[in-house]
Amino acid sequence: MPTVSMTVNGKSVSADVENRTLLVHFLREKLALTGTHVGCDTSQCGACVVHIDGKSAKSCTILAVQAEGAQVTTIEGLAKNGELHPMQAAFKENHGLQCGFCTPGMVMSAVDLVKNNANPSEQEIRDWLEGNICRCTGYHNIVKAIAAGAKAMGR
Amino acid sequence: MSEKGIGSSVRRSEDQRFLTGKGHYVDDMNRPGQAHAAFVRSPHAHARVKMVDTSAARKAPGVIAIFTGSDVAADKLGGLICGWTVKDKNGDPHKAPAHPILAYDKVRYVGDHVAVVIAETQAQARDAAEKVDVDYEVLPANIDTAKAMKGAVVHDDAPGNLCYDWELGDRAAVDGIIKSAHHVTRIDLVNNRLIPNAIEPRAAIGEYDSGSGHYTCYSTSQNPHVLRLILCAFIMGVPEHKMRVISPDVGGGFGSKIFCYAEEVVCTWAAKKIDRPVKWTADRSESFLSDAHGRDHVTHAELAMDKEGKFLALKVETIANMGAYLSTFATCVPTYLYATLLAGQYTTPIIFANVKAVFTNTAPVDAYRGAGRPEATYVIERIVECAAREMKMDPVELRRRNFIKPDQFPYQTPVALQYDSGNYGQALDAALKMSDYSGFKSRQAEAAKRGKLRGIGVSAYIEACGIAPSAVVGSLGAGVGLWESAQIRLNPTGSCQILTGSHSHGQSHETTFAQVVHEHLGIPYDSIEVVHGDTALVPFGMGTYGSRSIAVGGSAIVRAADKIIEKGKKIAAHLLEASVDDITFKGGEYRVAGTDKVKTIGEIAFAAYVPHNYPAGVEPGLDETAFYDPANFTYPAGIHICEVEIDPDTGRTVIVNWTAIDDFGKVINPLIVEGQVHGGVAQGIGQALLEGCVYDNDSGQLVTGSYMDYCMPRADDLPSLKVGMTETPCPHNPLGVKGCGEAGAIAAPPAIINAITDALGVMHLDMPATPEKVWRIAQQNRPAAAAE
Repeated sequence: MPTVSMTVNGKSVSADVENRTLLVHFLREKLALTGTHVGCDTSQCGACVVHIDGKSAKSCTILAVQAEGAQVTTIEGLAKNGELHPMQAAFKENHGLQCGFCTPGMVMSAVDLVKNNANPSEQEIRDWLEGNICRCTGYHNIVKAIAAGAKAMGR
Repeated sequence: MSEKGIGSSVRRSEDQRFLTGKGHYVDDMNRPGQAHAAFVRSPHAHARVKMVDTSAARKAPGVIAIFTGSDVAADKLGGLICGWTVKDKNGDPHKAPAHPILAYDKVRYVGDHVAVVIAETQAQARDAAEKVDVDYEVLPANIDTAKAMKGAVVHDDAPGNLCYDWELGDRAAVDGIIKSAHHVTRIDLVNNRLIPNAIEPRAAIGEYDSGSGHYTCYSTSQNPHVLRLILCAFIMGVPEHKMRVISPDVGGGFGSKIFCYAEEVVCTWAAKKIDRPVKWTADRSESFLSDAHGRDHVTHAELAMDKEGKFLALKVETIANMGAYLSTFATCVPTYLYATLLAGQYTTPIIFANVKAVFTNTAPVDAYRGAGRPEATYVIERIVECAAREMKMDPVELRRRNFIKPDQFPYQTPVALQYDSGNYGQALDAALKMSDYSGFKSRQAEAAKRGKLRGIGVSAYIEACGIAPSAVVGSLGAGVGLWESAQIRLNPTGSCQILTGSHSHGQSHETTFAQVVHEHLGIPYDSIEVVHGDTALVPFGMGTYGSRSIAVGGSAIVRAADKIIEKGKKIAAHLLEASVDDITFKGGEYRVAGTDKVKTIGEIAFAAYVPHNYPAGVEPGLDETAFYDPANFTYPAGIHICEVEIDPDTGRTVIVNWTAIDDFGKVINPLIVEGQVHGGVAQGIGQALLEGCVYDNDSGQLVTGSYMDYCMPRADDLPSLKVGMTETPCPHNPLGVKGCGEAGAIAAPPAIINAITDALGVMHLDMPATPEKVWRIAQQNRPAAAAE
């Protein structure tokens, strides 16, 4: 079994994995970072979105060994010193989550959107979320939350 | 109103953990020593199982055990049950063929569970499952709902594939009125089959403690006590006190997680067999194949009217697909949750419904968000729309003319239900205003200049929530009571836990229920915690489905709070040296009426647990339980208006305006209620525009078996929604609440199809209104459209 090493949420981590182990399973099973979820097996739902070297990526679509040496941020690494990231706070304020299962992927995806587009329009937000499926909210409040989160991140 | 009390948009207590990745879903849990299960599933829709050869799989790395149907039979496990007995038109009970935990003689749908492989890791279990060699004799598959009664026989003990042939009302009387009526509108429609697709796949962990003889089942269940009852009393023969079911955070359900499935039975049973915890988590492909599906009706309906458009009689004949086996509550969905709603918001004096439930070689079909009520609303609101067009009447005016009027409540419908309260005209007026209905013609003309077809559609829906009372549902065949429990446990320092038999899997009970107790007991909101989802912690409860949690579970909480208040009065009277009759309670304070002598509920709780100075004959402690069995269903209702624009060149439909006016009675938390409407509407839009479960009619293969093929609504498919409310309180529960979880999914589909058919100038098209279907109609109509 190969050994894989990377930095996750600022901490150096290392573990033996099977060649076929996906990054999401590495995070969930080896590191007990269970905030990153698996909702499908075709890279459609986006519940597993994390940041790899600063960019959002579906952690079910990359092998753990491919992330060798990478800087990975998961939903557990977003809040700093016990304070919610502005995007997390915006999801709470705007009731942008219900069952919470898609939420980590939504938030991680939204943060990456705003990094690239500081003031996204409603349509740009909706288009960006093509790769994230939510079954509870109808996206209405997610879209509102991301717009509000973008404003807050700009402050 | 307190800023955290009833009516306030309190931000949710549950969000902190979900937003920081600290939720605890079943798949997040791992038990010491656990093994992993993978299921061998039938690749055929219908086949005889001639032999299951597990020898190669047993040699695969990490394999601990393999069980097949014969192991299940040897241990005398019962089959999966259907908990609602529907009697057919002759009074005979529905056909209930055996539904084995693991198939042994035949498989009856693609995905049917044949064997389970248990191994050290999930990957090893899945690898070994591939090596189980099953010899199938493939049989003809029976797939098509409309033709099911003439297709291959699915169960020998259900001739003609008929589960039941059920009737409600007087067929001859309705036929007589239809024969002589001024006008009769007729419609044939399909309510398309859907796959619920909660984003969290189902999962289970079974555990057995050989020292105590206790089982534990962690399950993604909407109703852990109901699951425990079925597991123990009907399948495993284990006493209920030896089984604990835990449903922790659950990632959406929409009905699909009400039911008892084979996988959780197998994990729990196998945990004892191998003396280790056994975990299973569905992948999405398994979810598509094996979660209970929803809807799947084929219907013919006839509406008779006089020359003013007054509805005289309605006749509805439906074939409802049950799938290959009966799921837990499958039988009641197209009967008591469907035909009883066919009056809608209207005064139609006489209604007849016939429902034939059929078996096919498809996954079991059961309750999915709305469960029967979306199907009923779709029939009514489509036929009313068609009637208006045929009669050349304004569809809004036709609806208004037939509405039950506010002074007619309580209103006895001809289909058993008695509506308790409502004001349908008020909701209609509000919706017309919010949607600028009167300005539609000019918007339509403007769109035409851009080459777009613009249409508008109205849907007037009603639903029956909080299914009850228990005696009534029992008389209709329910195998359970439909009450709810609540326990309010004050702690010595004045904080409190609400233990509820309801279960939240997105509905926000932890916030809403805390608001109710904060309002009633005056305990600070932040000192209240809601506990649910564990049979070892909470009183026996019936769980969450049918928009019942606030109407039934919330009412139980109020009853428990009332008991706390009453007991506290006795303690306060003693401490304040007054008569119990002179003690008032308000805002968390016990007061001797007309004086400044006060004890807070916190002080009373402390006295109850440290009873040094305490009234004689009163038990220590401040911890009260209530069970609430409602007097009637609740009847949320409302008007949704959809406006669409269609591009005739591409067939793409864009929803440009959505208006929802709902009457949910009293609203505890408007922000949360609006969120429930949004989600329901999105699922309704999904049904109308995007989603449709497709099985190949010959092979029975599930064609729409992944998110590549089953079109889930994405953010860019949906519009922003305008949501408003009217309020006629429910008169028979203490909160005046009606329930809101399913309304959007019920209201939305006919509003959209009414709008699309309005835009296209046709009477009907079946859901989902895909670009292909819409484009074909737009092309056929092109010359006419151009001439306008």
